Amino acid sequence: MADTDYVIEAKNLVKSYGQNKVLKGINLKVKRGTMVALLGPNGAGKTTTVRILSTLLGFDSGTVHVEGFDLIKEADKVRGVIGLTGQSAAVDELLTGRENLVMMGRLYRLTPASAKARAQELLEDFDLLKAAERPAKTYSGGMRRRLDLAVSLIAVPPVIFLDEPTTGLDPRSRLSMWNIIKKLLADGTTILLTTQYLDEADQLADSIVVIDGGKVIAEGTAAELKSKVGNDRLELSFKNEPAFKQATTLLAKSVVETNDKEYTATVVIKDTDTDIRQTLNALAEAKVHVQSMEIHKPTLDDVFLSLTGKQKTTKKEETK
Amino acid sequence: MAAELVFEKKPKWWLSLNDSLLMIKRSTLHIIRNTDQLLGAFFQPVMFLVLFSTVFGGAISKALPAGVTYLNFLMAGIIVQTVAFGSTTTAVSVCNDLQKGIIDRFRSLPMSNLAVLNGHVTSDLFRNTISTSVMLLTGLAIGFRSHANPLHWLYIAGILFLFTFAFSWLAAIIGLFAKSVEAVQWLTFVMIFPLTFASTAFVPAEGMNHILRDFAVNQPITQVVEAVRALILGSPIGNHGWLAVVWCVGMLVVALPLASILFRRKTSQ
Repeated sequence: MADTDYVIEAKNLVKSYGQNKVLKGINLKVKRGTMVALLGPNGAGKTTTVRILSTLLGFDSGTVHVEGFDLIKEADKVRGVIGLTGQSAAVDELLTGRENLVMMGRLYRLTPASAKARAQELLEDFDLLKAAERPAKTYSGGMRRRLDLAVSLIAVPPVIFLDEPTTGLDPRSRLSMWNIIKKLLADGTTILLTTQYLDEADQLADSIVVIDGGKVIAEGTAAELKSKVGNDRLELSFKNEPAFKQATTLLAKSVVETNDKEYTATVVIKDTDTDIRQTLNALAEAKVHVQSMEIHKPTLDDVFLSLTGKQKTTKKEETK
Repeated sequence: MAAELVFEKKPKWWLSLNDSLLMIKRSTLHIIRNTDQLLGAFFQPVMFLVLFSTVFGGAISKALPAGVTYLNFLMAGIIVQTVAFGSTTTAVSVCNDLQKGIIDRFRSLPMSNLAVLNGHVTSDLFRNTISTSVMLLTGLAIGFRSHANPLHWLYIAGILFLFTFAFSWLAAIIGLFAKSVEAVQWLTFVMIFPLTFASTAFVPAEGMNHILRDFAVNQPITQVVEAVRALILGSPIGNHGWLAVVWCVGMLVVALPLASILFRRKTSQ
């Protein structure tokens, strides 16, 4: 029997397609009422993992329990407690929004009256009431995703899988999707989310599991992961070449990155309180003028890149 | 959550049956909503009927037994042809469901998965009933007369239902195999076109060469056509009746389990 604290618990999950090993022993635990984000580059095995956990795909070895049910022996019971929103909005395009909801509700074994009442409630909650009697093919991308998510919530499943729920959405639709997801979490739903957007994981998830090449390469809260990548950095820029050269010689030990075209130098800050002051004092004593400076905290982008082994280029960091 | 959730407390067989009913409702709504397809179900048979009877009527009627008009002869053939080609819709719908994400949705639900196939196949009966009715009415308007009494019509309906069912399950297999809707279309065409034309659907077998005739008189479409034709014309049905039933049941016995196995395999990759 699985630990009841963990609603989703996967141990040593292995899956291959022929020779190609897609998952090489994934371990995953999601606590009740929390959200874990599965983060990784394309082809890391995110979608494969979600498809396995939501009973769509078989696996070679390992054990999985969802709400204490064994994924293989009690697949039907697992299906009764999960909701899935996949990458492609899985709604019936020729049926209206309301018909989609009622049909799925009935397939979740709700009685006709209950399915109808719940459909009405979701149409209101998801701002789809006006479009309720229109076929889903007339919906915009954002509406379709909302309907798709609404459909997976029709029987109020305690566990939800969201596979890249905001991919391809415009910023406004994305924000409204985030609000819906936050509300689900507040209502006590347990969520496993995959995303290619790091800020999405940062914003929503209680903890993040980074996978690459079918293996978990890091996990923890966003803050924990960021601290793994290292320290804050101070980026200094100078007016001209002499100042730049003087400064780099002066700070030689702690400079990690320079750009002699833009006259910028980046210094590692281990202790925010002392290191910044020391650096600036050293420059002031030598009468080197600093044109501007900026403190960079590690972003999840940095985490992602350093963990997945893709080397950072010296290009200036994109500011979010 | 304001609304109280009430779940069905029914035995498993009832729930599975209900899943199929829900899927039949879905596929039937597709037929009604898909206006292009619905127009096709109306006009294509009418077009075939009028074209065949006027273009071939003069030439072929000389080869027919005395007192049988080509239109009366053709009716059975064109109905069976329409039903056979109609099964393409099942293949396309099955393929469509697999290509789009909706099959994953269904599979993540605690429902009976085969209900999806059931829905498409069974709704074919509904569309074929529309097509056949339209064709019979058009036929009546341009001079079709039958010798069949109501009981005969009941037999005809029975045979056609069985044939539709068998052919739609076969088509479902094509839909499961094909990688795209385009592939479905040419695959079904290549399968159904020779079968309907190398049969006695449009011409009597007498004029065909030996090899073709041996094939034509023994293949399932001919049996179904001849059985329906005998009932319409009031001529002796011979062995065609039971052979038609045996063929259809035979196709079902092979196609139904095969489609189910393929569906399971295809959807668990």
